[in-house]
Amino acid sequence: MPKKRKNDPFKSFLNWLENGGNALDDEMQDALREETDEPSAPEPKKKAARKAAGKQTEEFRPKRAYADTWWYRLLAVIVAVVLIGLLLETVERMPRFGEADTLMDSELTEFYVKHTKEDTGALNIVTGIILDYRGFDTLGESHVLFIAVCTVLLMLSIYGERDEQNRLLQGEMERHFEPGDDVILQSAARVLTPLVFILGIYIILNGHLSPGGGFSGGAVLGAGLILYQNAFGYEKIEKFFTYKTFKGVSVCSLMFYSLAKGYHFFTGANRLDSHIPNGIPGNILSGGLLLPLNFVVGCVVACTMYALFTMFRKGEF
Amino acid sequence: MEALNVILLLFMIVCAIAVAATKNLLAAVITFMAQGLAMSVVWMLLQSPDLAITEAAVGAGVSSILMFAALKKIHAIREKGEAEDAEEAEE
Repeated sequence: MPKKRKNDPFKSFLNWLENGGNALDDEMQDALREETDEPSAPEPKKKAARKAAGKQTEEFRPKRAYADTWWYRLLAVIVAVVLIGLLLETVERMPRFGEADTLMDSELTEFYVKHTKEDTGALNIVTGIILDYRGFDTLGESHVLFIAVCTVLLMLSIYGERDEQNRLLQGEMERHFEPGDDVILQSAARVLTPLVFILGIYIILNGHLSPGGGFSGGAVLGAGLILYQNAFGYEKIEKFFTYKTFKGVSVCSLMFYSLAKGYHFFTGANRLDSHIPNGIPGNILSGGLLLPLNFVVGCVVACTMYALFTMFRKGEF
Repeated sequence: MEALNVILLLFMIVCAIAVAATKNLLAAVITFMAQGLAMSVVWMLLQSPDLAITEAAVGAGVSSILMFAALKKIHAIREKGEAEDAEEAEE
C-alpha cells in the first residue's frame, strides 16, 4: 500500500478512497510482524506465552469485506458530513450562552428552584432532581452500567473450551508482569490512595448537601481502586476486593435501589405517607432516601469502573 | 477570568486537533487526558462543580486508563519486560 503523506490532501483522500487505510499504523504493524516472525528456536516460557498472545491478535484482526469497497468509504464520508452539518445547525438554534432571557419561559426551572428544598430536603438541587424527581432515570443509568459490565464479561468469555488455556495463559501473563515494583508509582500511591478514597467517600456522603453525588464520588472511588491495583498488584487488592465482592455489592446495591424507589413510587402514586422523614435541610442525616441512594449508586459506579479495568487487563475478573 | 477562559478553550481546541493529528497512540491518549482536565476546569468556571468532579474522575482519569489498557492489549505499548526482550533479540 503506497503511502503519500506529503501530497496534497485531496489526492491523498482519493488514494484513501481507492485503497483504504489501515486501522493499525505502521509501527504497530511492524511490532505485530516481528512478534509473529520470531524464530522458533528454544525460547523461554515467557516468550512462548507472548507469542500465543501475538497469534491471538493476528486471529482477531477485523476482516475487511465491506470496508474494502469504495462506496462504503464514500458513504462513510457522506454520513459524517451530514451528521456534522446537522449538529452544527442544532447548535445554531440553541439559546445563546449566558443570555438573560434563556429559559425564562420554563416553569420547570422555577419549580425546581422553589420546591426542591422542601420536597426532598436536599440543598444540592441537582441531587434532588436526579435522585428524587428523576429517580427512575438514575435507576436505569445504574442498571446500564451493570449491564455494560455483564456484556464485557460475556464478550471476554466467548473464547470457549478450545481457547480456555489461551485465556488462562493471558491471565497468568498479566499476573506475571504485575506488580511492576515501580518505586515512584508506589510511593505516590501510598500517599494518594487514602486521600482519593476519603475524597470519594466525602463526595458520596455529602451528595445531598454539596456538589457531587453518587456518580462522581463512585468514579473517584473507582479511580482510587485502579490506582491502588496498578501500584501494588492484584494480590494486595484481592485481599479486600474480589469478583465475589463485586457481584455481591453490585447486586445488593441495585436491588436496594430498586426496592427503595419502588416503595417511593408506590406510596407516592397512592398518596400514602412514606414514613421517611426529610429531616432538617443541611444536616448530614437529611434528605430522606437521598443519602442511602447516593451511597448505593456510588458503590455500583466504583465497582463498575474497577471491574471494567480489571476485565480488560486480565480477560477475567 | 475572561482571559483564563479563552486560554483554556484555545488549549482544548489545540488538544482536540492534536489528538486527531498525532500518529503516536500513547501521545494521543495523554493529550486527550489533558483536554479532559482542561474541560473540568472549564466546567468549574461555568459554575457546575458536579460536572467538574465527574469530568476530572471519568474524562481525565478512568477513560484514559481504559484506553491505556486497550493499547496494551493490541500491543501498541511495549511493556518493560517486552522492551528488554526486544533489546536482547536485537543483540
